[in-house]
Amino acid sequence: MINIIVELSKYLMIILTILYTLQCFTVFRHDSKKDLSFGFVRQNVLMFLNHFVAYVVLILQSGNKELVIFYGAQFIFLMATIILFGFIYPKASRLVTNNMCMLLSIGFIMLTRLSYTKALKQFKIVVISMIIALFVPVIIRKMKFLEKLGYVYAIVGLGLLLIVAGFANIQGGALLSLTILGISFQFSEFVKIIFVFGIACFLKNATTFLDIVKVTILAAAHVLTLVLSTDLGGGLIYFVAFLIMLYVSTRQPLYLLGGLLAGSGASVIAYHVFSHIKIRVASWIDPLAVYQNGGLQLSQSLFAIGTGSWFGLGLYQGAPNEIPVAEEDFIFSAIAEEMGGIYGICVILICMSVFIMFINIAMQIKNRFYKLVALGLGTIYGFQVFLTIGGAIKFIPSTGVTLPLISYGGSSIVSTLIMFSIIQGLYILREDEEENLEKQK
Amino acid sequence: MTKKTNIKKNKKAEEKNQERKPGKTSKSTTGKNIKNTKFNNSYIDSLEEKIISQEHIDIHDFESIGAGQSTQKGVHKTNSSVANAGRKKLSKGKGDEDKAKKRKTRSREFAIVSYIFVGLFIMMIGYFVYFNLFLAVDVINSPYNTRQTLFEDRIIRGEIQARNGEVLARTDIYDDGTETRIYPYGSIFAHVVGYASHGRKGIESLENYSLLASNTFILNRMGNAFAEKKNQGDTVVTTLDVKLQEVAYSALAGYSGAVVVIDASTGKILVNISLPDFNPNTIDAEWEAINSNTEDATLLNRVYQGQYPPGSIFKMLTLLAYMRENSNYEEYTYECTGSITVGEGEEAVTVSCFGETVHGVQNLEQSLANSCNTSFCNIGLLIDNDAFATLAKEFFFNVELPVQLSSSISQFTLNSKSSEGESIMTAIGQGNTLVSPMQMAMITASIANGGILMKPYLIDRIESADGNLVTSYTPTILNTLMTTVEAEVLSRYMTSVVEYGTAAALSGNGYTVAGKTGSAEATEGTHSWFVGFSNVDNPDIIVSIVAENAGNSSGVAVPIAKQIFDAYYR
Repeated sequence: MINIIVELSKYLMIILTILYTLQCFTVFRHDSKKDLSFGFVRQNVLMFLNHFVAYVVLILQSGNKELVIFYGAQFIFLMATIILFGFIYPKASRLVTNNMCMLLSIGFIMLTRLSYTKALKQFKIVVISMIIALFVPVIIRKMKFLEKLGYVYAIVGLGLLLIVAGFANIQGGALLSLTILGISFQFSEFVKIIFVFGIACFLKNATTFLDIVKVTILAAAHVLTLVLSTDLGGGLIYFVAFLIMLYVSTRQPLYLLGGLLAGSGASVIAYHVFSHIKIRVASWIDPLAVYQNGGLQLSQSLFAIGTGSWFGLGLYQGAPNEIPVAEEDFIFSAIAEEMGGIYGICVILICMSVFIMFINIAMQIKNRFYKLVALGLGTIYGFQVFLTIGGAIKFIPSTGVTLPLISYGGSSIVSTLIMFSIIQGLYILREDEEENLEKQK
Repeated sequence: MTKKTNIKKNKKAEEKNQERKPGKTSKSTTGKNIKNTKFNNSYIDSLEEKIISQEHIDIHDFESIGAGQSTQKGVHKTNSSVANAGRKKLSKGKGDEDKAKKRKTRSREFAIVSYIFVGLFIMMIGYFVYFNLFLAVDVINSPYNTRQTLFEDRIIRGEIQARNGEVLARTDIYDDGTETRIYPYGSIFAHVVGYASHGRKGIESLENYSLLASNTFILNRMGNAFAEKKNQGDTVVTTLDVKLQEVAYSALAGYSGAVVVIDASTGKILVNISLPDFNPNTIDAEWEAINSNTEDATLLNRVYQGQYPPGSIFKMLTLLAYMRENSNYEEYTYECTGSITVGEGEEAVTVSCFGETVHGVQNLEQSLANSCNTSFCNIGLLIDNDAFATLAKEFFFNVELPVQLSSSISQFTLNSKSSEGESIMTAIGQGNTLVSPMQMAMITASIANGGILMKPYLIDRIESADGNLVTSYTPTILNTLMTTVEAEVLSRYMTSVVEYGTAAALSGNGYTVAGKTGSAEATEGTHSWFVGFSNVDNPDIIVSIVAENAGNSSGVAVPIAKQIFDAYYR
């Protein structure tokens, strides 16, 4: 009997998520404001239904009665987030809020299935982060001086990274995080935002080639520090973000091409220098052949995705925990295994929709500084999604980064939610710009 | 206004400004609806353009923008002509067109960035789809994947059948719910059908996924799921032929070795015998005994994984190598004096013909038909070793065979640095050369088929338990290994082997045969080989037989071939 429910739930959740995903893209039609807001409400309904069906299955399969309360808490939280953002920030992008909640809900579902304790922990961090995030848009809106703090960003950002690098070297091995008061912080997640702000500030003011060189040196310092603390995925993301920001602000395709060439060259050098890159690449080429030597995780990931096929095995019907640390880099594989490949594609498309919304505000806002900030944050988000999912499906070698809002990881949650809120702040700022113009008339 | 502070009035900046090329229209913007949303404000665009060009801005600009037009009036320009060179001017007449172009200009880089990332995402989705469609089935079959056992909870393992529907493996369920895997033919199909306990081998492993998938009528499946009953897995119909397999099995009995029979025009594998073998019905009980008996290597499927010196059957390739280097091969002639020696003193290597026979003057055809060792040693000396090595690689040496079951890697070590002694030994199929029976069958198959090698395959189709077709497999061409002329010549010579040569026992039975015998000397003894095909003009089946330590080939391998051919044409 439970089997039937689980089987049906698979298809139901896929249909709901497909409808949700379609809605993400139809908002670009020229609908009336009323139709648009109705569409957004429809999205919320779809999300809550998906969330509900999933939890019914989770509760039935696991028999864990505490999940009922957990579900209730999540429901209240998601509802509150949507209402609060809608109420306090009516000018913010409703689609961004919806996508944020949708991705969070999918993350909760999968993490609960993988590990109830971790899911609880994640939920607590999400709630706290969201409270913090609620203040960010107003900060963006009011604190106009943020775009002048270039040197502050540079020093703080680079400084934090150097601290991590310093401790990593002392203790040896790839230390990406520091533990303070029992909570582990992955600084590179927070510094991402500081970095983008800093680069945006300097690029905005850059007019001479020398200025460009100075900014490049700053960016390079960040990237190298990350490389030295063996956070290669992070370094790559910072590098690409800088490159894109440089290209768009200077409008010189040569910078982009030059940067890509330099990056490729550096990758080749890194391949020869770092042994664990060699393992990752060998694993990418044929994970089964090097199963005992680093290919295990990727092999299990492919088994999970392949066995799940298009419609998935159903929650609790697969074996996602066979993938080591499935809650982090490979959570996409777990989703594809149990909820289905189609579901996985929808997740990719939802992330793409988020990216498009980030770039959208970057294009529309007139403030040059925030243009670059939005572009940088969008690039960071989009590229990170690409790296983590691409690595899990063996499209590219895996780089050890996680899926924002879905993967387990406190620092990532905090920084991603702050990122989203900054973007929301920019949407509000854009509306302000329009209003100012209207007033000029 | 914060924007004003960004304006630096110096020449360098202005010149730099000129380098920018804002004049191009981007044709990539049509797909992106973002810019066409009602929120896009072209009025601000023109203001920004001025800022970039360091035109001095004053209050009049705002007035004109507010009025929905842009105008050059009231703007004080510095180095106006320089700044405006190459850029569209804001003028009443072409206002809208310019605004549209400017919008595109401004967003061009953003559009490119968007397209890059959207492109990356789409490629990623594309790869994901490709993986699920084409790669997944093979990947998840790996024995490292424990998820397949999850299916066993809900699916009864399907049947494996021979080409005419005879059941080779099935799962019986008893009243108390226990399941047993039954192999009605016992050890006859042991290696090729394989087993599924203690790991997985053979077809049980190859088609594990299909055997644990159920495609019976959907309502039946749902009904079963509701009643918490298991569904019946799909049936795997193989290409194996029961009659031929049984004949070959009893023909090889008493020896260790392998027999493989392939259908010439399609590549279907009809027979796969490997001895010694085991009884899959009692494999659990025998497991320890089997594994502790390292000498016999019972679990090895010798057809694919046996590694034997080929002996005289290798001469087909030696011949081919010679033909490729000498277009006048038909004029080859050699006088056989019974033995040949190369090298000097301690490094001298002597090879004699079988039974110390003196064959006299031989051409190429006769050399092969009589399997004249000394003639082939002579040929070996005439061939370029590196060219020979390249040819060997084309014929599946030093690579894994492109077949469904895993194979050993055959060995060919001759190169330009090899001694003459190694050259002549290699030419007659001794030396360091090692082959597998499947490999030899594939080489023979390409000769039979005018040079084209059909891919050997074991699975004909997958059916649901209630008889509906799920997947059907068709013959595919692997490669063209030699020209039709080469194939025809080899085929002709190999017919002579049967007509008056060492395999004469195969002639006069109502069908034509072309083949090659071999007595391969190994450390343990001499292996008896035969490879060949029947109905030379339109080949029917290819056989590849090796009997270990069976001595002279005419004694063992050839009669086995005869039994198989007889059974085929009965």
